[in-house]
Amino acid sequence: MPSFVPYLIHTLFPPWVRRPTEIGAEIMMVAGGAFIVYWLLKYKKLQWLWNEWLTTVDHKKIGIMYLVAAIIMLARGGLDALMLRTNLAMPTLHFINASEYNEVFTTHGTIMVFFMGMPLIFALFNVVVPLQIGSRDVAFPRLNAISFWLFAFAAALFNLSFVVGGSPNAGWTAYPPLTELAFNHTVGENYYFISLLMTGIGTTITGINFLVTILRMRAPGMTFMKMPLFTWATLNTSALILFAFPPFTIALLESLLDRVAGTSFFTLSHGGMPMMYVNLFWLFGHPEVYILVLPAFGVFSEVVATFSRKKLFGYPSMVLSMTAIMVLAYGTWVHHFFTMGAGPAVNVFFGLSTMLIAIPTGVKVFNWILTMWGGRLTFTTPMLYFLAMIPTFVIGGATGVMLGAVPADYQFHNSYFVIAHFHQVLIGGTVFGLLAGVYYWWPKMFGYKLNDRQGKWAFWLFAGGFWPTFIPQYWLGLEGMTRRMYTYPFGLGWHTLNVISTIGGFIMGAGFLVLASNVLYSRRHQERDETGDAWGNGRTLEWSIPSPAPEYNFAVIPVVDERDWWWAEKERRQSGERPALPRPEDIRPIAIPKNTPVPILLGAAFFLGAFGLVFTWWYIALAGLAGVFGLLIYSWFQYDHYRILSAGEVRESEELLGRLGA
Amino acid sequence: MSSHALDGKAKASHQELPPEFQDQEESIKITGFWLFIVTDVLIFASLFATYAVLVNRVAAGPTPAQVFQLNTALIETLILLTSSFTIGIAIWAMRQNRQRMVSWWLALTVLLGMAFVSIELVEFAGDVAVGWGWHTSAFLSSFFLLVAAHGTHVTMGIIWAVALLFQLRRRGLTTVTRRKLYTFSLYWHFLDIMWVFIFTVVYLGGRLI
Amino acid sequence: MRTWAKRIPLALLLMAVLAGCGQHAVMLNPAGPVGRTELNLMVLASVAMAIVILFVLVLATVAVVRFRDKKGNRAPYTPQVEGHKVLEVLWFIIPALILTVIAVPTVKDTFALAKVPAKNPLVVDVTSLDWKWLFEYPGQKVATVNHLVIPAGQPVLFKITSDAPMNTFWIPQLGGMEYAMPGRVLPLWLESYKPGVYWGHSGQFSGREFEKMFFSVRAVTPAAFSSWAAHLRKTAPPMTVADYHRLLQFTTVGHLSYSKYPAFTFPSVTHGFTLKGGMYLLMHNNPAHD
Repeated sequence: MPSFVPYLIHTLFPPWVRRPTEIGAEIMMVAGGAFIVYWLLKYKKLQWLWNEWLTTVDHKKIGIMYLVAAIIMLARGGLDALMLRTNLAMPTLHFINASEYNEVFTTHGTIMVFFMGMPLIFALFNVVVPLQIGSRDVAFPRLNAISFWLFAFAAALFNLSFVVGGSPNAGWTAYPPLTELAFNHTVGENYYFISLLMTGIGTTITGINFLVTILRMRAPGMTFMKMPLFTWATLNTSALILFAFPPFTIALLESLLDRVAGTSFFTLSHGGMPMMYVNLFWLFGHPEVYILVLPAFGVFSEVVATFSRKKLFGYPSMVLSMTAIMVLAYGTWVHHFFTMGAGPAVNVFFGLSTMLIAIPTGVKVFNWILTMWGGRLTFTTPMLYFLAMIPTFVIGGATGVMLGAVPADYQFHNSYFVIAHFHQVLIGGTVFGLLAGVYYWWPKMFGYKLNDRQGKWAFWLFAGGFWPTFIPQYWLGLEGMTRRMYTYPFGLGWHTLNVISTIGGFIMGAGFLVLASNVLYSRRHQERDETGDAWGNGRTLEWSIPSPAPEYNFAVIPVVDERDWWWAEKERRQSGERPALPRPEDIRPIAIPKNTPVPILLGAAFFLGAFGLVFTWWYIALAGLAGVFGLLIYSWFQYDHYRILSAGEVRESEELLGRLGA
Repeated sequence: MSSHALDGKAKASHQELPPEFQDQEESIKITGFWLFIVTDVLIFASLFATYAVLVNRVAAGPTPAQVFQLNTALIETLILLTSSFTIGIAIWAMRQNRQRMVSWWLALTVLLGMAFVSIELVEFAGDVAVGWGWHTSAFLSSFFLLVAAHGTHVTMGIIWAVALLFQLRRRGLTTVTRRKLYTFSLYWHFLDIMWVFIFTVVYLGGRLI
Repeated sequence: MRTWAKRIPLALLLMAVLAGCGQHAVMLNPAGPVGRTELNLMVLASVAMAIVILFVLVLATVAVVRFRDKKGNRAPYTPQVEGHKVLEVLWFIIPALILTVIAVPTVKDTFALAKVPAKNPLVVDVTSLDWKWLFEYPGQKVATVNHLVIPAGQPVLFKITSDAPMNTFWIPQLGGMEYAMPGRVLPLWLESYKPGVYWGHSGQFSGREFEKMFFSVRAVTPAAFSSWAAHLRKTAPPMTVADYHRLLQFTTVGHLSYSKYPAFTFPSVTHGFTLKGGMYLLMHNNPAHD
């Protein structure tokens, strides 16, 4: 037995997780966990947490949990970014060493894409889409909860790698053979492959869930061409997820098998082919970029119309261009590796398809600008993020076109030019968009707005810090600085711009801190919104119900006869054409999905199995697998998933909300 | 119990449709299952792509022609095709509301599935016994993963069908069990089609190389 | 200490290179036809894109200034406007036209750069190793590590592979990069107009010491090149199999030269191994971590 202990310590805590940074993180994690447990026990919140949140299947609560997780992950990914930037501030600076740097840039990229970006878009999907289409929930509420818990436990597993066993260190793209055992014998890459497989399953389920929700559960009268743009974005994103994640799943699975089961898909020996991984990865990876950015496009379309107090300009061409982007997204993946010898004909094809995708994207930008034309603009925080998006995203997109010019890409490839480009589109497009969405729908989630003054401070720091951070990186690219260098020598002229970039990074970090303090401040000090239409200019269905929405969302599901239904409905109610509030006799009993512990337990079983697999402790892995199967079979035999809210209960609740007519 | 039926908005009046399609909630689940099949088709497409790329990379291991036994594969094909037929009869019986008949044909499908998996396992064991495991070459890695992925799907299907047999005994042919039976039949036919592809591309193709 | 000692010549070399170079933006100062073509395309694309960016920014600024929600704003307020057919079609057509301006030379240059403009160019076999570059001259029968000497004024064909994780072979002043991938040999041709000194680096992350994968490039007159090779054949030691195996280890080295090299070293995949495949020989030597 005692020989077991040194083995465990050596395996779980090898030397490379016993460095100051790691130990610091460990202490913080333990302290944070202890504080949460103490708080829960002291205020007797455990029961509340379990009943209200951990076992919930309510799409609004799941959305909020996604949001909380995404903000925590943004903090982690941002901290990683600042560590990277600090190390690069000066030539031959060794703030962290090479091994740590490699781990940190890997976790930065992976977390930002999979554990920050994805949950943030799912947070908005969950909160907004059922409300926008006049539905009581998503199509499969329990699957929705399962998706969330798979994501949450995968994120926990991935973050655990930093202190137990060691982080992955081959970049977020994880190209073999660098990830093969021969070159990478720590468990870090196992963490990467397994946690992404886990969250990938959840993401695929979410994609199916929202496709079905939108295809089958819209309110009566809401034809496709009457759907709000954010719902359109969700539909397209879900379709992208559906088609993009399977090849990724296989790429991850095969890499994992190479490491833990001795296959040779991508190995150097036994005829393996690393190039195959690169193809499978980018077959997913490029659509993934659009998975991240299309929801932001949806948000911008809602935000610009609301705060211009005007209809969206060119709705049909907006829908057309978004769908075109969705389709074209599958035809551009080779542009990530023009320099892998595909030959000029293939390269030209993918170069042109890359340029082609810029056209529908440009159309969207022009339509947004013309939406403002002839409107009355109010510059709230979400609107500011929209306005900041225009120069940021347009320049980022333009450099994207430059990267699509194949011979030029031979130079730009893997240089800081590319880093600057994709941060510009991912921050300028996705992050600005999602932050705009979070500010915009915050009152719908919590019943009060975030403080606008602090929101603007956060905005100016974040969007203002963005330019000094990333514009110098274009020039660094032109100066020949390649990505993922942990330090660089004197004499290449890279130091000045790197210092500027680092300073910019810290300004963005300050912006995040203001954002976080705004969340805490607003919880106590912001006044409640009683109207449900917090911005006063809401156009779509979600603003017609109270904030936060009651668990059944709509007491009476409206018949949608207009694209901007709520805008039109408000006018009709004012003119007395329609009664202002639903009549009691219209209210019927409503079936509400019951809470269930299965999703969180399933996530936990997955986590156990995954942890065993990381260390190739097969018995633990099998125990986790058995748990997964046990829970699945258990829930297969469950039939009674709904509880009924009687018409009387709904009436009472609506009465309390002041929503019941005579 | 359907949330939407209660709302009174969507009890479709398609009298010609079977019960599992008339009920809004169950029919939504069928749509969802179709989309799941789409993702699964793409999973197999990725596995086929890997196989097609790696098939000639045999390293020091055997070539496809050496590994594949067409006879066994042919027997497997016949078994699986037959099981597709038997599940078809089960669905037909379900439409006729003949519950006992449904159970019997479903049970027969399970047995055929088990026979298929057993033969596959014996074939794999034979390959491994002569030292042709999936670590031998990239070709064998991709072959084993593709075929084993299909075999795992069939095994899942068997577990599912057994669970369904229990549910049928307890609950009879309700809207829910009908929907479960129907989605199971979709799944089973899908696996059958995937096998036809495997048989054609892997086994027959392997003989040609 | 040892790694520091190894880096001194590299640092000195870089300083020497840069003292002569002055300008740091290597992509903008091409020293050969490939880099020149690529730069021209970059410039063209930047100009075309700048026009689009400028137009968008002006339009957006005017919209923001003119339609602010403030008292007494006389600009028309038209909340019911849904779109404008002609404009929406124009949004599709005009960008397409601008993109054509970039697309045509892109196609032309891509095909042009794919072919070496010489019948029998000098060939250099390039192998990326962890974490060093091996250059072998099959015509001259010499090999070097981390320093490359090429004749100026004529195309040089690099045949690039890797006997380690992927890297990219990149000399920014001469032209774009190409992947060094195990199991495949990819061609790339470059040319230096005049004799000169440049630096090269890997663009693809390949592990702990990836940052140190700089190499020096010296373009010399063809005559000087021949005498350099001849000199090396006479004075440098031959590369033995053991030498090659030493190069395969996870180390960084300074500049090395060899007069001969074993034929199997290009293209070679020598240290592949899987979980079941056995050999953990090199792993114990120097894994990816400290």
